[in-house]
Amino acid sequence: MSSADNRRFQKKVWWIAAGFFGFGFALIPLYNIACEHVLGIKLEQGAMDAQAAAATTVDESRLVTVQFVATTKSKLPWQFSAETVTMKVHPGALNEAWFDATNVSERDIVGNAIPSVAPNEASLYFNKTECFCFTEQLLKAGETRRMPVRFVVDPRLPKETNTLTLSYTFLENTVATKRLAESNQAAAPAS
Amino acid sequence: MATHAATDHHADHHDDHDHKPAGFWDRWVFTTNHKDIGTLYLVFAFVMFCIGGAMSGVIRAELMSPGLQFVEPYFFNQMTTVHALVMIFGGVMPAFVGLGNWMIPLQIGAPDMALPRMNNWSFWIMPFAFTVLLLTLFLPGGAPAGGWTLYPPLSLQGGSAVAFAIFAIHMMGISSIMGAINIIATILNMRAPGMDLLKMPLFVWTWLITAFLLIAVMPVLAGAVTMLLTDKFFGTSFFNAAGGGDPVMFQHIFWFFGHPEVYIMILPAFGVVSEIIPTFARKPLFGYQAMVYATASIAFLSFIVWAHHMFTVGMPLGGELFFMYATMMIAVPTGVKVFNWVSTMWKGSMTFETPMLWAIGFVILFTIGGFSGLMLAIVPADFQYHDTYFVVAHFHYVLVTGALFSIIAAVYYWFPKWTGRHYSEKWGKFHFWWTIVFVNLLFFPQHFLGLAGMPRRIPDYNVAFADWNLISSIGAFGMLCTPVFMFLILWHAKKHGPKATTQVWEGAHGLEWTVPSPAPHHTFTTPPVIRASDLAHGDPTH
Repeated sequence: MSSADNRRFQKKVWWIAAGFFGFGFALIPLYNIACEHVLGIKLEQGAMDAQAAAATTVDESRLVTVQFVATTKSKLPWQFSAETVTMKVHPGALNEAWFDATNVSERDIVGNAIPSVAPNEASLYFNKTECFCFTEQLLKAGETRRMPVRFVVDPRLPKETNTLTLSYTFLENTVATKRLAESNQAAAPAS
Repeated sequence: MATHAATDHHADHHDDHDHKPAGFWDRWVFTTNHKDIGTLYLVFAFVMFCIGGAMSGVIRAELMSPGLQFVEPYFFNQMTTVHALVMIFGGVMPAFVGLGNWMIPLQIGAPDMALPRMNNWSFWIMPFAFTVLLLTLFLPGGAPAGGWTLYPPLSLQGGSAVAFAIFAIHMMGISSIMGAINIIATILNMRAPGMDLLKMPLFVWTWLITAFLLIAVMPVLAGAVTMLLTDKFFGTSFFNAAGGGDPVMFQHIFWFFGHPEVYIMILPAFGVVSEIIPTFARKPLFGYQAMVYATASIAFLSFIVWAHHMFTVGMPLGGELFFMYATMMIAVPTGVKVFNWVSTMWKGSMTFETPMLWAIGFVILFTIGGFSGLMLAIVPADFQYHDTYFVVAHFHYVLVTGALFSIIAAVYYWFPKWTGRHYSEKWGKFHFWWTIVFVNLLFFPQHFLGLAGMPRRIPDYNVAFADWNLISSIGAFGMLCTPVFMFLILWHAKKHGPKATTQVWEGAHGLEWTVPSPAPHHTFTTPPVIRASDLAHGDPTH
């Protein structure tokens, strides 16, 4: 084989390597698709349509325990807790739970709450119509906020699942917090 | 066997005047010769093994007794992290690339690697990559300390070391990809006439498959660390939960690289052992084709088992079962290989020269590592074993008594061909038996520690673990002597060893044993005429 052949061959293999570099990034959407369609884990955290929720038939014959867990990442100086730790709910009924968050630091912070449902197979059947996790939460220094979650447990929830855990972890949204601090500084001399 | 067509072609290439470039700079820095680059890789790997070994010395010294003795916990974490990176990317991988560079052209009758200048480049990136990585130890904030797997968010909490380590990993990745391209091009395009694919020595086969794995997964690692880099410095949120990313996603991407990487480090070892055992059993390798197909199946399966490294992240049951069974399936082709090595020795006229001792040590101890891997594959058991010393014991059995043993075996096996001189059998055997004692003292007790619940990567531990840790540390200090032994044995052999013949070993077959010892600077400048008796594995139906 001539060295020109080797160079052509080399070019081809470099393209394959470049393809795998791209594949590394493509794994993110691929895993998300696999999660939702193969393993049945709901990653989409958007709100359920309130009318659809109201139209769900309530299964009065069944009670499901819903537990609430509220935590913050250690670097976020907020106190965050659930007002109720467990609730017994009928599948199909619209329920409401309240959470409290206090910013105990001296600065304004934007946080995002990341929800998670366990067992994760049940995440398909847990629908939120309203949640503080859908938006960024800005707490000024020392501010306290009471925040609701409204949810419906889908009556199709598998029979063997009797307990669901809804956990929220608050993390600092560093980008939004920084933007806020900058706009405050910009606004201060004007006022 | 000693003289035939291949040597006749090169009778004019005596070691007295075989056209080596004059001068250190031209010979080593600008070299495009596969033998010199192979030597550079092997010397580099030896230095890295010593540096990584010194770090493990710090780790075992600290773990010799409970409580904190010698180093700060944060420095301990840097040691575990950098030890792993140095050993994997600086030790095992370059050592195999070095062996491949030296032996693949000799074994397939090629004059050199297909892309000699790229070969030079792929080596000379490595010293710079590791200078950058090791430099982080002296930066404010220290070296990366979040474990070699670089899991975010922990790995991103370091200082500027994060950027340095990622840059170093990018360079290592480019070097590995270039090395792999070169090996694939050499094997596919440069074989001597008559060296059909299914007549190639198994070392060449395993390297061909390994090179494909490298091409497929090193870019994925590069992608993963690039995402870490942009998450930390450019405001993206691939793995940042607050920004909508997912930290567990990193583990999935990392282990999509990481599991094939495990086989990148062991498949060439399988090749080395498949060369050595037939030589000293004086029998053709049992089940040559089965060996090739088993290697290919292991390579394929390595792509569909990654999540067994992360059973405890909270996967759905279906996922855990799939990854458990897929992982256990790897035991089948691996079992075929072990069976074939044992069958090759069965009723062979065996002698136990140093390379054979290391190869047999490999077969036995690697199999122990394989069995503990099988235990770790069992999901309910893994929940207990995860992140304990049992895992540490497992992967050191496959990497130290597996990959490293095969590298040492290969060096003793081919050293007379490289230098034209024999090492001292007495001291080679001493090196082996010393290592066998201390490596088992070092790693076997770690199984017990792990089963008892001692977590890995922690500098302090419950006093209940004290005795086995002391024994393990004694083993480690014994092991720290072994690079010194090996260096002295090989240095002495190079200077004063008895001259080796062309065939070197009585039972050796293969094209590399048809060129003089030491192998001249240029070999097979015209393709050799291959006779069936020159083939390493004889008739491929064996």
